Amino acid sequence: MLRYTLSRLLGAIPTLLILIALAFFMIRVAPGGPFDTERALPPEIEANLRAAYHLDEPLYQQFARYLGGLLRGDFGPSFQYKDFTVTELIGTGFPVSLRLGGSAILLALLIGVTVGTIAALRQNTRTDYTVMAVSMTGISIPNFVMAPLLILLFAVTLGWLPAGGWGGGAWNHMLLPVIALALPQVAYISRLTRGSMIEVLRSNFVRTARAQGLPERTVILRYALKPALLPVMSYLGPATAAVITGSVVIEQIFGVPGLGRYFVQGALNRDYTLVMGVVVFYGVLIILFNLVVDLFYAWLDPKVKY
Amino acid sequence: MIAHSRVLRSLAVVALSTALVAACGSGDGPGGRAAVPIGGESGSELAERQVLRRGNGAEPQSLDPHKSEGVPESNLQRDLYEGLTSSGADGEIVPGVAESWEVSEDGLVYTFHLRDNARWSNGDPVTAADFEYSLRRSVDPATLSNYGIILHPIENAAAVIAGERPPEDLGVRALDPRTLEITLGDPTPYFLGVLAHSAAFPVHRATVETYGDRWARPGRLVSNGAFQLADWVVQSHIQLLRNPHYWDADNVRLEEVWYYPIENQSTELQRYRANELDMTYDLPFRQLRWIRDNLPDELVISDYLGVYYYGLNVTRQPFLDNPALRQALYLAINRERLTSQITGAGEIPAYGYVPAVQGYVQQTPEWATWTQAEREAEARQLYAEAGYSTEEPLRLQILYNTHENHRTIAVAISSMWNEVLGIQTELVNEEWKVYLETRRSKQTTQVFRAGWIGDYNDAFSFAELMHSTSAMNDSGWEHAPYDELLARAAAERDPAQRAEYLQAAERELLREMPLIPIYFYVTKRVVKPWVGGYRPHIQDYIYSRDLYILKH
Amino acid sequence: MMRPGMGVPSAEGTFATEVKGRSLWVDAWNVLRKNRAAMLSACLIAFMAVLVVIGPWLSPYTYAQTDWDNISIGPDWASRHIFGTDALGRDLFVRTLHGGRISLMIGIVATLVSLIIGISYGATAGYLGGRVDHVMMRIVDILYAMPFMFFVILLMVFFGRNIILIFVAIGAINWLDMARIVRGQTLSLKRKEFVEAAEAQGVSTFNIIRRHIVPNLLGVVAVYVTLTIPQVILVESFLSFLGLGVQEPMTSWGALVNEGAQEMETAPWMLVFPAVFLATTLFCFNFVGDGLRDALDPKDR
Repeated sequence: MLRYTLSRLLGAIPTLLILIALAFFMIRVAPGGPFDTERALPPEIEANLRAAYHLDEPLYQQFARYLGGLLRGDFGPSFQYKDFTVTELIGTGFPVSLRLGGSAILLALLIGVTVGTIAALRQNTRTDYTVMAVSMTGISIPNFVMAPLLILLFAVTLGWLPAGGWGGGAWNHMLLPVIALALPQVAYISRLTRGSMIEVLRSNFVRTARAQGLPERTVILRYALKPALLPVMSYLGPATAAVITGSVVIEQIFGVPGLGRYFVQGALNRDYTLVMGVVVFYGVLIILFNLVVDLFYAWLDPKVKY
Repeated sequence: MIAHSRVLRSLAVVALSTALVAACGSGDGPGGRAAVPIGGESGSELAERQVLRRGNGAEPQSLDPHKSEGVPESNLQRDLYEGLTSSGADGEIVPGVAESWEVSEDGLVYTFHLRDNARWSNGDPVTAADFEYSLRRSVDPATLSNYGIILHPIENAAAVIAGERPPEDLGVRALDPRTLEITLGDPTPYFLGVLAHSAAFPVHRATVETYGDRWARPGRLVSNGAFQLADWVVQSHIQLLRNPHYWDADNVRLEEVWYYPIENQSTELQRYRANELDMTYDLPFRQLRWIRDNLPDELVISDYLGVYYYGLNVTRQPFLDNPALRQALYLAINRERLTSQITGAGEIPAYGYVPAVQGYVQQTPEWATWTQAEREAEARQLYAEAGYSTEEPLRLQILYNTHENHRTIAVAISSMWNEVLGIQTELVNEEWKVYLETRRSKQTTQVFRAGWIGDYNDAFSFAELMHSTSAMNDSGWEHAPYDELLARAAAERDPAQRAEYLQAAERELLREMPLIPIYFYVTKRVVKPWVGGYRPHIQDYIYSRDLYILKH
Repeated sequence: MMRPGMGVPSAEGTFATEVKGRSLWVDAWNVLRKNRAAMLSACLIAFMAVLVVIGPWLSPYTYAQTDWDNISIGPDWASRHIFGTDALGRDLFVRTLHGGRISLMIGIVATLVSLIIGISYGATAGYLGGRVDHVMMRIVDILYAMPFMFFVILLMVFFGRNIILIFVAIGAINWLDMARIVRGQTLSLKRKEFVEAAEAQGVSTFNIIRRHIVPNLLGVVAVYVTLTIPQVILVESFLSFLGLGVQEPMTSWGALVNEGAQEMETAPWMLVFPAVFLATTLFCFNFVGDGLRDALDPKDR
């Protein structure tokens, strides 16, 4: 297990390098620069700015400088938010995105697995069709429609919940964005759970358990659920990536101070270092998370051994 | 303030343009939830908690007044800092840190007398030396200021910015702790207005020198305005507290001001409606109709110092040496229809280029007095003269930067050009930075969307744009008589004569038509009925120190 | 927004069993026919496809035409704006159908792009096996770790919105799943007798892949396609939300829904009509996809 983990980590290094290089050069060849503003800068000032951010160096040298900074955990200064470094911005934005995304995945798992299991137990009945249809709204209505609808209903009309902002992560601020972010994942997870649960329920050991007269509850919770969750576990990696992408929309609509919003603003402002920082940071995160999921999977599934 | 991308002044709202719909004094709050009448029985009782929550567009780039350029950061900086002068409710210059000043006969030497009770938020006195340091810092190339150029009227400013002279050569001298002398290169009638701009705000030298690039943060930032920085959570909020050392602190009623960065205007409106904001930064123009119907007493629309126009690239075909075609396009736009049916915020149809600035008579071509039908007939004739017809229509590209409002206007205008002249247009939207680059290179553009917001309340702020050497002249228009008139205006001391030169220049511009004015901007926002002291301002300078919260 | 191509992770496991040639399709059809939801959905999709193709000709208006006398009006028979008009007086019925053309086209073309890349890549890796397979799959692993949506956003922001670029970008992301699924299938297929027989007769590798492997993958592919199209349509709408969608005056369901969402209180028809079309289509594709999977899964009988 340890050897496997180490080799996976080592294998991640080229992946990361490719990721960094791709993002770095893509941003640099993009038209428009961080110092383009409607009031054109005097050339001297622009030259000074370029020098201050080392944009006057050859590209490969800038790349080396950037990699060197990364090794020291330094993402560089933000071009746009001049009072902060990118490391600081990620440091304040990530905990917010993590809470938001983490809660959304947990919620999606909870609802998705429940709905999927119910549907599987009542396969091809009206209950099955109904719960699956409802859970599928998340992938039928774009979240940029769902989110304002939720705000309109619960914040503006009913006045139960705040319409936006983060409030330091208070539950009432989190509720709506978490739901909006979780909905599409509910659809995928419930579909996966339903499929694998149907399969598991037909397997011999479940039949045996039933034949022994164990109560249905026990059969499902004790015997069927764990193997049925395996495909759901392997979906967690992609789900994380999806939630991260989704947060770009959700954070913007709810005014949540997370990384997704930085990314879009950064790309629009040509804040090279901030965009790079977010991409690299999330790249590392996805790689690590996939590893954790695989290890967890091995723990769940006795057939897999590393 | 320039029309920065993050700052895109939205357009929109209905007729009755200039009429200001004052927000105060209406009976109950949104949804009728307020239990007591606003302002108590007398209508002027103050609320116990004097806290104002303002929506503020994008996240500010910096709270260092010399390193930022957008509207959101300026709003904050006007609360945090105070320059030598300040802008009054009607856009007039009022004393700031300087309580009085004299101007020499030739209009070149300004002597400012500073208040003896002006203090920094840490209690230090604000001195003439602070301003000497700050103005030098603002133009010093090492500061990397992108707006120091606005101080160019000061003697040697341009040379200092270009790195040809040391900052010490700037024409600013502290004669004694309370007297500052500023020498200009040319007499500049609008100079006192420039001093109210954030690029001319003072910074606290000891703080800047202690913390270097990272001084503008909570716990470090020392400011001299009505408020001081208490907290800053990026992308979430900035909290300001009353500055007890401010010279006029007794008249500042707000204890706290919270600024919320919310780029998405729909989100901002929702939060306002949920009572999380007391005033918004802007409004989503698509919801103006709803706001008019449902929040009529809270909607505030007022004139704004800006013009929305379509630039024509005159360095390329089809516009090169073809004023007839340019005029045809100008005439084929139905501005009344556009501002009443499409943008609808009460924008003023613009037949001329310079908005209603101080001491200036707005210019319009004779066509402005015609009916639209006459204009369209003339347009068809000019179009035919330029050699186009239904069989051989003109094909045009309209470039605009990605934004709801610009998209809508481009679609409407292309539809008008098509209906009146049969022009085939193709719409091209580019994201802000790409668009700026495309526009500036003049290689591919034909018609491009543009807007300009005056940095100061003077026609020159608009006129200078179209000077042949201006870096912002993206039409590529070069017209010697125009440059000549601008040069004369710059050297002229008599305000009336100077205005005459500038007006003559605009007449040249409108005859040659390297750009097509479309409408003049308005400021639009909703303000809660319990916000007292709100007065619209032509440059939208809403100082929090003038505001207060009524009992509600 | 989901990462495209991530909705079918179980397909790999589901198809691990042998595919039995023609009889499979007959069986599958019999199962599918009994799945009312899926059949109804399939009919709706067909109807929708016909409607978006011929529908725009049924209206007196074109998708780019401004009706200055009827700006932002609700559904109205008298003026023949049966879905109402948008803020620029353009007929919403025509625009909704026109947007449907674009959305469906993006969905189908991008899916095809990913299909072609995915099948050729996966089949090659799976069939050749060994070291080549190892390297090829390692590349897929690396690509999997990329925050792809971010790259798409960057691409669109920097290089403008070109409809071809949208196809290619979305397709290029999606092929990864397809490659993995196809590789797994191929690995199991190539141990089958008919493949070994062909090898023994000296049929070239390319021809074996083309004649024996690919046709046997059709089941997976069918499921994959029906589940990927709705995802791609959603990705397009996500790009529209960020202002990176198709170029005016063209439109797509995503662009229309995004516009409508901003006026849901003032002009609800601008949201409701395109949203109903979009949601129905996505629903139907997902139902058909699920139905197909159930039908093609031998274990399910």
